[in-house]
Amino acid sequence: MANRPDYLLFDRDTQAIFWNMHTKAIQRMLDYDYVIGRKKPSVAAIVHPTSDLKYQKFFFGTEEILIPVYRSTKEAAENHPNADVLINFASFRTAYDVTREAIDIPTIRTIVITAEGIPERLTRDMNLRARKAGKWIIGPATVGGLAAGAFRIANTGGTIENIINSKLHRPGSVGLVTRSGGLFNELCNIIARNANGIFEGVAIGGDRFPGSDFLDHLLRMEKNPDIKFMVMLGELGGTLEYKVVDAIKKGLIKKPVIAWCIGTCAKLFGSDVQFGHAGAKAGAERETADAKNAALKEAGALVPSSFDELPELIRGVYEELKAQGEIPEIKEPEVPPIPMDYAEARKKGLIRKPTNFICTISDDRGPEATYTNIPISEVIEKGYSIADIIGLLWFKKKFPKWASNFIDMVIKIVADHGPCVSGAHNARVAARAGKDLVSSLASGLLTIGPRFGGAIDGAAKYFKMAYEKGMSPKEFVDYMKRVERKPIPGIGHRVKSIRNPDKRVELLKNYAEENFPATELLNYALEVEKVTTAKKENLILNVDGCIGVLMVDMFKNLGFTSKEIDEIIDAGALNAFFVLGRSIGFIGHILDEKRLKSPLYRHPWDDVLYAIEEPEDLTDR
Amino acid sequence: MAQRGIREYDAKRMLARHWDKYFGDAFKYDFKAVLITPEYFDANGIILPEKEKELLEKNPWLKEMPLVAKPDQLFGKRGKNNLVLYKINKPGDVTWEDVKKWIGERMNKEVTLLSGQKGRLTHFLVEPFVPHEEEYYVAMTTDMEGDKIFMSAFGGIDIEENWDKVKEVFIPALAEEEEIEKLIKENVPEEIKDKEKYADFVKRLYKFFRDLHFAYLEINPLAMTQNQVFPLDFVARLDDTAAFLVGDLWGDIEFPAPFGRDLTPEEKKIKEMDEKSGASLKLTVLNPKGRIWTLVAGGGASVVYTDTIADLGYAKELGNYGEYSGNPTTNETYEYAKTVFDLMTREKDPEGRPKILIIGGAIANFTDVAKTFDGIIKAMEEYADKLRDVDVRIYVRRGGPNYEQGLKKIKEAAEKLGIPIKVFGPETHMTNIVKMAIEETK
Repeated sequence: MANRPDYLLFDRDTQAIFWNMHTKAIQRMLDYDYVIGRKKPSVAAIVHPTSDLKYQKFFFGTEEILIPVYRSTKEAAENHPNADVLINFASFRTAYDVTREAIDIPTIRTIVITAEGIPERLTRDMNLRARKAGKWIIGPATVGGLAAGAFRIANTGGTIENIINSKLHRPGSVGLVTRSGGLFNELCNIIARNANGIFEGVAIGGDRFPGSDFLDHLLRMEKNPDIKFMVMLGELGGTLEYKVVDAIKKGLIKKPVIAWCIGTCAKLFGSDVQFGHAGAKAGAERETADAKNAALKEAGALVPSSFDELPELIRGVYEELKAQGEIPEIKEPEVPPIPMDYAEARKKGLIRKPTNFICTISDDRGPEATYTNIPISEVIEKGYSIADIIGLLWFKKKFPKWASNFIDMVIKIVADHGPCVSGAHNARVAARAGKDLVSSLASGLLTIGPRFGGAIDGAAKYFKMAYEKGMSPKEFVDYMKRVERKPIPGIGHRVKSIRNPDKRVELLKNYAEENFPATELLNYALEVEKVTTAKKENLILNVDGCIGVLMVDMFKNLGFTSKEIDEIIDAGALNAFFVLGRSIGFIGHILDEKRLKSPLYRHPWDDVLYAIEEPEDLTDR
Repeated sequence: MAQRGIREYDAKRMLARHWDKYFGDAFKYDFKAVLITPEYFDANGIILPEKEKELLEKNPWLKEMPLVAKPDQLFGKRGKNNLVLYKINKPGDVTWEDVKKWIGERMNKEVTLLSGQKGRLTHFLVEPFVPHEEEYYVAMTTDMEGDKIFMSAFGGIDIEENWDKVKEVFIPALAEEEEIEKLIKENVPEEIKDKEKYADFVKRLYKFFRDLHFAYLEINPLAMTQNQVFPLDFVARLDDTAAFLVGDLWGDIEFPAPFGRDLTPEEKKIKEMDEKSGASLKLTVLNPKGRIWTLVAGGGASVVYTDTIADLGYAKELGNYGEYSGNPTTNETYEYAKTVFDLMTREKDPEGRPKILIIGGAIANFTDVAKTFDGIIKAMEEYADKLRDVDVRIYVRRGGPNYEQGLKKIKEAAEKLGIPIKVFGPETHMTNIVKMAIEETK
């Protein structure tokens, strides 16, 4: 353990183990370290039981450093035996257990507990155990404390700006003990303005049973030759201040103590008004601020007549001690500037940076995520359908009912086509190989392309092109045969024919004719169908073709330009309807296999023609 | 919060609920009690027939036994305040008809206790009358290093007068069972008849007290006949922070507000906001006609400002006590400030002096001062006419992140609205503005 006198809990070499991944508070400690020119960071390790991290990054000035993260205090202490402070930032639910563990760790000497709301019985238990083991507890329910120019507990002292203004970055000559953490900064400010600043300050915390009290710290300060006088801020409620009264009377404290207990106004209220702190409820007369102030004064403490007069009193004592030559001159240290955090600088409008990504569809930054500025709750409340959401997120449009209904039909129609189509087959084979759902689904989806499921895109593209170029149906059929040299996408069916029409196609056609404002491309495709079916009965406009041309008609009716529709097709958006719809089917096939617990699929030999030849010998080339 | 009182009814219910675990067969407790609330009565103090029917069906003993009735609202000395009904002509002759009438006459009525506390009676406990001879006493409380048990053979309403006969035992916090038992046994007062039985009861009660995180428990008087126990009067406070540990053992209990005057609508509004918010918002109206009003951030600072006003001799002119802290949202500070502005602008000072608004606070740690002032500014703009009408002078003092910007904003806003304002930062002592304000508006 570090070699320092008993009366010092913290010096410039003190290191702490910080319990809980509270990165802001830890960063504040490190910023303080940097400002006061510490070489070693004051946080040696972090304990975070639920973390898988080994290290956490922090800034030390402009540089980044790594602070090790452990899953238990014991492990952290074993690896950092020099860290004798545990800053217990656990919640009120776990703070007791964390403290209990730390009391038994020999290298830990001081435990700071910030949690508010630890049951009194548990607080008392851990306090007494710590005392028995010769350890210090600061808190619970405290902001902590600060040894000026040496060590800062967590958030104590506030912003770096305030720390420097209140001269907390270098030691002064005053010892401070307060119950209230909220007034800690204020008192440091008063002491800096009316004396030379604090040497050390502790907020003992607002609980009824603080782990260490006014007297414990005042006695330490009494022994510290660098501290010339003390300031104590008590409160109404409890009797801890009387321990100080007794100690002054007994001569255990000889340095001047300036003391004030707040809450003199309590006499104005009925007896049951509870002020901020758990400890601050004056029951008996003895526990009132007035009684305590009187007792302190009687014992020989310097007690102002009101908080208003505290600064003058501090100044008076300081000037007197200075005149006696008790107060050393302080050379004000140079303070390196702390680089501003990126986020803060940005907030203040001091810096800017170009973005790497642009998003024009959704936003997750506000209180609720939105789809093209419509909050998800509104999407639900107003009864948006899946197709409506596709409209918002794929095309940034609120679609009319006729279009949404059409999209809905398309998704339903393409959702599945049995287990034998190549995508579903692949999905099933992958699932049977023991792959997870996402992998199996990907296996199925990766099959989708020009030959499987791709006809929607192709049909849209070619029919649109031909129609816009003004080709007659016959010219188009000839063009495909002679120039493109491929069958027309979207034309032809294995079993269905002109006399045995595909019912799905009939439904789509009827819907479009009844609900679309116009169906130009469908009409054209039906003319083309007349030409092809004249050649062969099964060369009908199939379901892919019908969807493809109707998609084009839909976008046209929605006001998209021809060029915009081409871009939509090129971006793969029409194919996307198939991908989305068929995913439903693939997932069904995968879940089916999982449910059936089917074993690994191995294709039978007799289903493969083994046509193997000797390899062509190229070895001498 | 921390220690909070619970109703006698709830305390007894808890005791009965856990009786088997702590007292087993060693003692018997025949729990019979009902809590009568305002819903049982009409505006004329007549019990509602359907309510009465239901009550009597569930508790037939009300018609069969002599009864005792008393208010159950966290105040003590009910006997001395003449608020216990146990006799008409002689002790033990009170019937359900008497109880109905007696409660009906008092329900929703305001009373002033001997202590000077005023409040409305709303909850009454009705129990069977228990004839008894000895009135024992037992109380338990927590202290810094351990618990204290107080035992006496002379309980009853004169316990305080007989305090010299009370035996006090200190139980160290880390004491083992055996030591606890020994300490209790050794200290049972001589005058108790069956000391062994009493000691056994206290030991078991202490375990109940400890396990359920009571902060205070008092049975006075405690009557015992053989192994029957009658906790005639029961006062209890729980450590409410232990709710996460033993809340399910406490069961369905409430923490009533301390006995006192009803909250004003404004106080109620802020209290409701406080309960819903993660921040802390407190408001007590001290004097609706007060001349000095405060909007102070932080529990400690609000006490210091109030102290200073009182120390300067202006307690009577102080309108409110209150504080906001714990990073309230802009909207919360807006609502809070609006409430204070509304209260302070209802009438002019009868002597024609200006009114004072103290917007104070210590140096904040990380609260964005400029942001919290936004809410106050918004409320100020809304109440500008009224604030001008009653001649409000504003004094601001605050430090912490962005305080310069906050002070600048609030100054500009007030000046634009024609409301006199002075603003100060950490270079000025926190409470200096109080003296300044008082001197400038005499």
